[in-house]
Amino acid sequence: MTVDASAPPTRRAVLPPQRGSIARRGSVFLSRHPRVRLSLLLGAPLFWLGLVYIAALAALLITALWTVDSFTGQISHTWTLDNIVAVLTGSLYQTVTLRTVGVALLVTIIDIVIALPIAFYMAKVASPRAQRILVIAILMPLWASYLVKAYAWRSVLSQGGIFEWLVAPFGGHSPGYGLPATIITLSYLWLPYVILPIYAGLERVPDSLLEASADLGGGTWSTLRLVVLPMIWPAIIAGSIFSFSLSLGDYITVNIVGGANQMLGNLVYSNVGAANNLPLAAAIALIPILIIFAYLAAVRRTGALNNL
Amino acid sequence: MTGAQPAIRLTGLTKSFGSVTAVDEVDLDIAPGEFFSMLGPSGSGKTTVLRLIAGFEQPTSGTISLLGRDVTDRAPFDRDVNTVFQDYALFPHMSVLDNVAYGLRVRGVAKRARQEQARAALDTVRLGGFADRKPSQLSGGQRQRVALARATVVQPKVLLLDEPLGALDLKLREQMQVELKELQRNLGITFIFVTHDQQEALTLSDRIAVFNDGRIVQLGTPAEIYERPASSFVAAFVGTSNIFDDSTSQALLGRGGVHSVRPEKVSVATENLPLVADRTAAGVLAEVIYVGSSTQLIVDLDAGTRVVALEQNDAHRVASKGRGARVTVGWNDSDIVTLTAPALT
Repeated sequence: MTVDASAPPTRRAVLPPQRGSIARRGSVFLSRHPRVRLSLLLGAPLFWLGLVYIAALAALLITALWTVDSFTGQISHTWTLDNIVAVLTGSLYQTVTLRTVGVALLVTIIDIVIALPIAFYMAKVASPRAQRILVIAILMPLWASYLVKAYAWRSVLSQGGIFEWLVAPFGGHSPGYGLPATIITLSYLWLPYVILPIYAGLERVPDSLLEASADLGGGTWSTLRLVVLPMIWPAIIAGSIFSFSLSLGDYITVNIVGGANQMLGNLVYSNVGAANNLPLAAAIALIPILIIFAYLAAVRRTGALNNL
Repeated sequence: MTGAQPAIRLTGLTKSFGSVTAVDEVDLDIAPGEFFSMLGPSGSGKTTVLRLIAGFEQPTSGTISLLGRDVTDRAPFDRDVNTVFQDYALFPHMSVLDNVAYGLRVRGVAKRARQEQARAALDTVRLGGFADRKPSQLSGGQRQRVALARATVVQPKVLLLDEPLGALDLKLREQMQVELKELQRNLGITFIFVTHDQQEALTLSDRIAVFNDGRIVQLGTPAEIYERPASSFVAAFVGTSNIFDDSTSQALLGRGGVHSVRPEKVSVATENLPLVADRTAAGVLAEVIYVGSSTQLIVDLDAGTRVVALEQNDAHRVASKGRGARVTVGWNDSDIVTLTAPALT
């Protein structure tokens, strides 16, 4: 046996010094001053939020109130509502806004309809092993680049692509590039963001509630309508906020598979780039922000945010 | 079949989860209007039997009949049985009234009628004033009563109760036991009550089935179960027992086999004082435990066995002699219960 003879077989516990070290005194001070502790904790993130988030939004609003000198192309810092009036009254902007909102709404509805059964299967039916595999399968597409996935759909939906090959035996055609293709692609892109919150919401519904409903005579449909849906409503809303707001601001997918159609993002992009009219772009960018505010306000009225 | 149909008849009921057999060939008849308890340690299969009757699980083999009709393959919502869940399973987003009215609602009862019936059911559990609250605003005992009202408002033939009092504190539990018994008498329906609390089962039941390892090890009235346990498992699980193995029985009782005697049937006297009993043995008082209404005396017999006796707290107490005192213990032959030999595991 090899025993280290130099180590004395002492059983005395070695305790750290009770006082003296700066770290310890700092801890004592903080534990006695909860407000200082709180401000130290929140200081950095609040500063970051203020600078990056609020300041950027404010800059956007201010930029929208400036104008561009059409001759020099320089931004002139004279205050004007011209851009906002143009955006609100121009028929182009109205059409594109309606189109964008329509696409975002359709994408949201399609995603919820697809996500509900998948999330239900994951949370309530699948074995723990299958559940883990499904979560990974749903997260997997998020590891691939957005652009790659959009181009993949462009290939799928192309003339003679996989989609056409699949539906041709049933007399179907590929929708080609246009709004339907945009809706399909966006629905695919944002589906994980809708499945995951609904799955999390369903996980929080105890199985005994489903059993209680069945026990009391509720069939599948009654149980879903009266017990499950009301309980996961906040989770559905959370998912819809993701898919709706992400669709609202998208301009790449519509460029790739949308044919000649434009969404609000495209107008912003072309005004920043080709048209070199940053103030007008800012004014257009305010539209989705207002729509999201209106959407959140409407959601709040349903009470869905109270339980988040 | 003679006489009335049993409310519940289980025939060869078996349920396996993978390689584990939770319920093993259970045969059981439960009479209409009976307060029937299924008692056993956790994992003994009693809850699984309840879930099989409710329809939440499908049996591996065997049948379940409800009032003579085979319901083995029916869905839970298609059986005239209702369950009071261990965690109550109240719908958190509904008011108390809507919870109670739920069973009527899914049966298509009109709103006014179902609310009336639900209010009446809430009155019977003395929660009439709580109709508009949410379950989260109620105490444990109140939630328990809402669960009872919700399960009984649809007038089931059989009410299944899965350890319904498990989450309540002792005082409330005793109060709810009385209420449950009254409710069952008033409704006149069959109650099947699952519990691991032997005291609760003895207090409430008309009959008890003691479960162990997925089987019924004894079936009988509370008095039969308590006074005439059939095996050392039942003797040890239901109440406290002094169990004498073969050699101890030879020494103390003069016969072989396994025997038990309840602590309250064992009398104790200070050595040299007379003790009226069929058989006596000498020993030393090893421990004195005061339990309120009585005192538990633990005596190490000279024969090498430890015996527990229960002594009423009256004037001439052996307990006052303290630990180490020489005592005589005694019991009557009629209080000795012969047990089947314990299963060798």
